[in-house]
Amino acid sequence: MKILVPVKRVVDYNVKIRVKADGTGVETQNVKMSMNPFDEIAVEQAIRLKEAGLAEEIIAVSLGVTQSQETIRTALAMGADRGILVETDEALEPLGVAKCLQKIAEKEGPGLILMGKQAIDDDANQTPQMLSALLGWAQATYVSKLEIADGKAKVKREIDGGLENLEIALPAVLSVDLRLNEPRYASLPNIMKAKKKPIDTMSPADLGVDVSPRLVTLKVTEPPKRAGGVKVESVAELVDKLRNEAKVI
Amino acid sequence: MEFALSTEQEMMVETARRIGEQFGLDYWRDHDERKAFPREMWQAICDAGLCGVALAEEHGGSGLGMIELALAVEELCAGGAGATLAQIFMLNPIFGGVAISKFGTEAMKRDLLPGLVSGKINFCMALTEPDSGSNALEVRSFARADGNGWRLNGRKIWITGVPDAQKMLVIARTKKVEEVERKTQGMTLFMVDVGREGLTHQAIAKLGTNTLSSSNVFFDDVRVEPDEVVGTVDGGWPQLLEVLNTERIMTVAGCVGAARLASRLAVEYTSERKVFRGAPVGSYQGLQFPLAQCHAETQSARLMNLKAAWLHDQGLPYGSEANTAKLIAAQALSKTTERAMQSMGGMGYAKEMHVERLWRDARLFRFAPISEEMILNFIAQHDLGMPRSY
Ligand SMILES: Cc1cc2nc3c(=O)[nH]c(=O)nc-3n(C[C@H](O)[C@H](O)[C@H](O)COP(=O)(O)OP(=O)(O)OC[C@H]3O[C@@H](n4cnc5c(N)ncnc54)[C@H](O)[C@@H]3O)c2cc1C
Ligand SMILES: Cc1cc2nc3c(=O)[nH]c(=O)nc-3n(C[C@H](O)[C@H](O)[C@H](O)COP(=O)(O)OP(=O)(O)OC[C@H]3O[C@@H](n4cnc5c(N)ncnc54)[C@H](O)[C@@H]3O)c2cc1C
Repeated sequence: MKILVPVKRVVDYNVKIRVKADGTGVETQNVKMSMNPFDEIAVEQAIRLKEAGLAEEIIAVSLGVTQSQETIRTALAMGADRGILVETDEALEPLGVAKCLQKIAEKEGPGLILMGKQAIDDDANQTPQMLSALLGWAQATYVSKLEIADGKAKVKREIDGGLENLEIALPAVLSVDLRLNEPRYASLPNIMKAKKKPIDTMSPADLGVDVSPRLVTLKVTEPPKRAGGVKVESVAELVDKLRNEAKVI
Repeated sequence: MEFALSTEQEMMVETARRIGEQFGLDYWRDHDERKAFPREMWQAICDAGLCGVALAEEHGGSGLGMIELALAVEELCAGGAGATLAQIFMLNPIFGGVAISKFGTEAMKRDLLPGLVSGKINFCMALTEPDSGSNALEVRSFARADGNGWRLNGRKIWITGVPDAQKMLVIARTKKVEEVERKTQGMTLFMVDVGREGLTHQAIAKLGTNTLSSSNVFFDDVRVEPDEVVGTVDGGWPQLLEVLNTERIMTVAGCVGAARLASRLAVEYTSERKVFRGAPVGSYQGLQFPLAQCHAETQSARLMNLKAAWLHDQGLPYGSEANTAKLIAAQALSKTTERAMQSMGGMGYAKEMHVERLWRDARLFRFAPISEEMILNFIAQHDLGMPRSY
């Protein structure tokens, strides 16, 4: 079985995000970029499946600017076997990404697509679901435990109020959650080996996909600063404030 | 000039950052308090291939250079360990690794380097004696010919990491001072077992760097085998200097990492701490300027160290650069920890905030592995061409 793992290049989780002065987006110049942490968990899970003899090959795919290669290299250094870069300067949206991944999946024929449940930059949480629909494959999102046996995936999903157990047929798209595993760091010998692993580069047009944006970003702003809390005297006052000040009920 | 890191270097630094964070401030406070060798962290470092960065691939290393080793050490130290972690790099990949790779026999490389890289074998290095510190040429420990080998007698002081090491690089005279034309002749390097009969050691109580013990070492007719010579019999002095210069690069990397750490702790604390009129104390120039000055000095030392490492990796002389970097880095670290403590007021003095440990540890590096004064002597003589003053 092949496993496909999409990996996204995002602003590192340690970086304090700054909105660009002109309000067109967030500052990414001279900012440390890393692999989306949820995608790292997906890569780790793929490697564990391979180590357990349940997969033969792990393909890491990234979509975006040339430097997304570095994100693929990180996956290769962790233990993925080869990489595919879909290179584009377009601002990518979940649907465009899902369409490209669909084409790659149809060509490569993986038994499993493991991906992060969301990316920490735009937090869209849409690509896995869209991809599963486009492929017509089963899906399980927010996976926190995974077992593969007899062409099936047994998963535990983290849902509101508890855990859900599902058994789904392969091939499938799984989106992984934080508690699935703790990703390894790349050892130096593996970093050196990753240098020699192949990365195929193509464009969205090569895949026959139009990734031009469907959405228009009007303005990006900082969230309002948190103001200090107040103590209320009565339940009536609380309800009044929730209704008339916070406007949440 | 190319200052950008390669993708591989960046990934290696990222791995070092994660290990440094995993074995962070609390891990080090605990080990400092218990005076316990940071075994778990060292094993994680070895498992990630970061002990063998600059050692040959045929012995389990990655065949990279001092630049990569310096980058890894800095990042590991910046996570929470501080500069004392760099000392373990001096003991293992430098005193063990550089000495054996450059001057050891093939058998030694085969038998010891893989264990060094994997973390199975720890090393220590015995040069300093009660009457031979800054003036290493006064070494009196003597290895007398005994059949095909030697018998070693003498005393060493301040030897780091002895109880946790299996092997000791010993610097001894094999010819008496009276028998040689110059004091630089008649010295030999040996790699002996710490557990060998006649070798005893005793810990010295001290201010800081508590996870690594410092010991008096006594040699009482210790047998040394012929295959335990590292390098040239009677010609060990220049070989020792070569090993010690790479030690400086490690020292600077550790000091830079520790200074980054102390500075970060001070900045975090002072940007929250409010004393007057609701303004954080970190908003005062009186606190900012000293920390900014420390940062500037630290970054300058870092750059000079990477230049020394680059020269080393090109096979060019790098002694002046390594010494210059060591002078500034140790001073910048001392100042940074001092200013960090001052900026944090009473809490800087509390174990809870970690800066007091970094402050204690930092003091060492201004006189060891080489003192500020001896570096200034070196610069005046070698770089400025002034007459020897002593
Ligand atoms: C914690 C610790 C760990 C150590 N680990 C090791 C180890 O693992 N292996 C090892 O071999 N050694 C080790 N050392 C020893 C260390 O290298 C020496 O302490 C250092 O070289 C200084 O020597 P000294 O202590 O004898 O000082 P001294 O040589 O006695 O110097 C005393 C003072 O005089 C100054 N001075 C001396 N000569 C001159 C001069 N010509 N001009 C101007 N000033 C001068 C010095 O700069 C210093 O300020 C360690 C020391 C410590 C404290
Ligand atoms: C070991 C120890 C024993 C002590 N014993 C006692 C005791 O017995 N009884 C007691 O009551 N207290 C005691 N203290 C508390 C001590 O008096 C305070 O630590 C000291 O007054 C500093 O206050 P702080 O720690 O809150 O620092 P902070 O007031 O938080 O100051 C932090 C930093 O900001 C600087 N700073 C603050 N305001 C300004 C400003 N306006 N302009 C420029 N810089 C500024 C300070 O100089 C300092 O560098 C003790 C403290 C220690 C560590």
